[in-house]
Amino acid sequence: MPLFAQIINLLAALFLLTAFAMLSQRRLANLINLYAWQGLILTLGIAVAAYGTRSIHLYVSALVNGVLKVVAIPMLLRRLVRRLDVQWDRESLVRIPTMMLIGLALVVFAFNASLPIADFAHTADHETVGIALASVLLSLLTMILRTTAVSQVIGFLALENGLIFAATSVTYGMPMVIEFGIALDVIVGIFILGVVFFHIRSQFDSLDLHHMEGHGE
Amino acid sequence: MVLLWVILIPLAGGVFLGALGHRRWAFFANIAFSAATALAACVMTADVLRAGPLLALRQQFFIDPLNVFLVDLTALVGLTTSIFSRSYMRVEDRLGHLTQARLRAYHAMYQLFLFTMLLALTTNNIGVLWVAMEGATLSTALLVSLYRTPQGLAAAWKSIILCGVGIALALLGTILVYFAAHAVLGAGGALLWTRLEAVKARLDPAVMAVAFVFLVVGYGTKVGLVPLHNWLPDAHAEGPAPISALLSGLLLNVALYAIVRFKALASGTPDAHWPAALMMGFGLVSVLVATFSLGRQRDVKRLFAYSSIEHMGLATFAFGMGGPLANFAALLHMTVHSLTKSSIFFTSGHVAQKAGTRDTQRIAGVMDSSPAAGWAFLLGGLAILGMPPFGVFASEFLILTAAVHDAPWSVPLLILALGVAFATIFQATQGMVFGASPGPRGSRDLALAPSFVHLALVLALGLYIPHALAAWYAAAARLAGR
Repeated sequence: MPLFAQIINLLAALFLLTAFAMLSQRRLANLINLYAWQGLILTLGIAVAAYGTRSIHLYVSALVNGVLKVVAIPMLLRRLVRRLDVQWDRESLVRIPTMMLIGLALVVFAFNASLPIADFAHTADHETVGIALASVLLSLLTMILRTTAVSQVIGFLALENGLIFAATSVTYGMPMVIEFGIALDVIVGIFILGVVFFHIRSQFDSLDLHHMEGHGE
Repeated sequence: MVLLWVILIPLAGGVFLGALGHRRWAFFANIAFSAATALAACVMTADVLRAGPLLALRQQFFIDPLNVFLVDLTALVGLTTSIFSRSYMRVEDRLGHLTQARLRAYHAMYQLFLFTMLLALTTNNIGVLWVAMEGATLSTALLVSLYRTPQGLAAAWKSIILCGVGIALALLGTILVYFAAHAVLGAGGALLWTRLEAVKARLDPAVMAVAFVFLVVGYGTKVGLVPLHNWLPDAHAEGPAPISALLSGLLLNVALYAIVRFKALASGTPDAHWPAALMMGFGLVSVLVATFSLGRQRDVKRLFAYSSIEHMGLATFAFGMGGPLANFAALLHMTVHSLTKSSIFFTSGHVAQKAGTRDTQRIAGVMDSSPAAGWAFLLGGLAILGMPPFGVFASEFLILTAAVHDAPWSVPLLILALGVAFATIFQATQGMVFGASPGPRGSRDLALAPSFVHLALVLALGLYIPHALAAWYAAAARLAGR
């Protein structure tokens, strides 16, 4: 296995680790830091893949992802948390050790589910597909088990990170236009969600999603 | 090149109406842009009729029989809805429900919403399709929370998060399709429908299997397939009536269109039966759950939102069965459901606006206070329930015929569901249409003209399907595969 593929493997393991850490973290400031770290690992992964395949388009993709996910989005989120004055997520529905066990089961499932894909992969390295799928599922779990709006959104952003990681590890990235489109959608989405946060807060006096239930039925 | 105009006009409209801010003539400008889009769609259709399928801008955009009628439908309903929107939103404005800034956002988002849907339909690139669907999700969220009520915000939140996650899973599916196609086609063209279609028998079945599961779940969230339908009734109920009409009449179709195309790819290898089974399962569960939820709805718009889930489920089920007859029926069903349901949302929005409530128990005597609204409601209700001679009868009859042949076990379930839906919706609409009106008799107005135009088209399609349309349906049914 070439060196760059081994490095991507290492980064994939770290990526999975941040996904687990986000599952257990209840303090929002730490959650945002973890998101930024995850973004950094993703950026490094893309950059290493770019170096390994001599692909200019992957360098550009690494740059876009780095600027967006290490700098811009964490900064926006921090400002949002400060202005909304929320610091902690509520006690979640399931206790943290139980969450970790469910997470472990998901990882095993993801590795099994990705076997047919990994067999077929023509990129340098096969295991990363399972890891990417596992972190997508872990982010979904984070979203399901969290009860405040902000941590759900961070779970959603982590989910998107997992997808980009999957794209990089499976196919060495999507075509440029698509990546720009995805980045544009993410950034517009963040702004809209930010606006919705403020309106939700002013209408419900809280970002706790339990208050919102009962309004739909 | 006229194909590009179909996409560029609503984009320009959105930017123009957003940049200029709200003016008195913005209602009219909205109609003008929608009419220009519809005109461009007409010219495009004439081209297609003369010269056959189109490719534009280095193969990035295309028109074939499967999307040509959907583009026409989108442009047409976009136009009629903008006409209805003028009278509806002017009343909302007069009642003081909306500020100038909100009206500006409304008109800009209306055009951008049309833009994202037309882009999703005409693009030849499955990546751009994804980006457009995500754009549609975001613009829906803004339109749904237009009134900034607690319910509206909760609905917008649900729609962003639920559809966002759904769409994210669809992206994973798209990545996997790209991955499977990459091995066959190389990096260039591995995202283009036309190229994928040509090599679909050579795509790796194992990868396509995983990809299609993610795609059905992902885009299925936008179609409103149970159990991913939770956002849909809220979004339909809380947005302004024209937006409910667009959501139900157009957006659901566009999402289903994406699933149908992917199904054609995934069942490209001869022994792949599971995409069909998956769609039939999702479709049937949606039909059953939606019909049995109908009885609990007291909000008129939620009632018809559940009816949309039922009808989209029926179409999904039919596409799942596949084959020329079922596909033909499903395509016809998409068309007539779209026209009928948007007509019903016009009428129910108009009625709820007059009555000041959306509660089915408190609305009464619509026929008494305004005969036009009463007739539109009555006929729309009968049409959506599949009464002959309306077009929905024809499509549902064809779907049942195909089901008797291909999946006889499902027929009792479908008949049960249609019966329950009939009883529930018929009772609810009768209660609202007849009886004595509590309020004064309304004056005659033309607000509901678009409603009647749609119903007339549905009636016409029930009696006679034009030759060109039937040819498109037949060709599209072949594209959609077995």
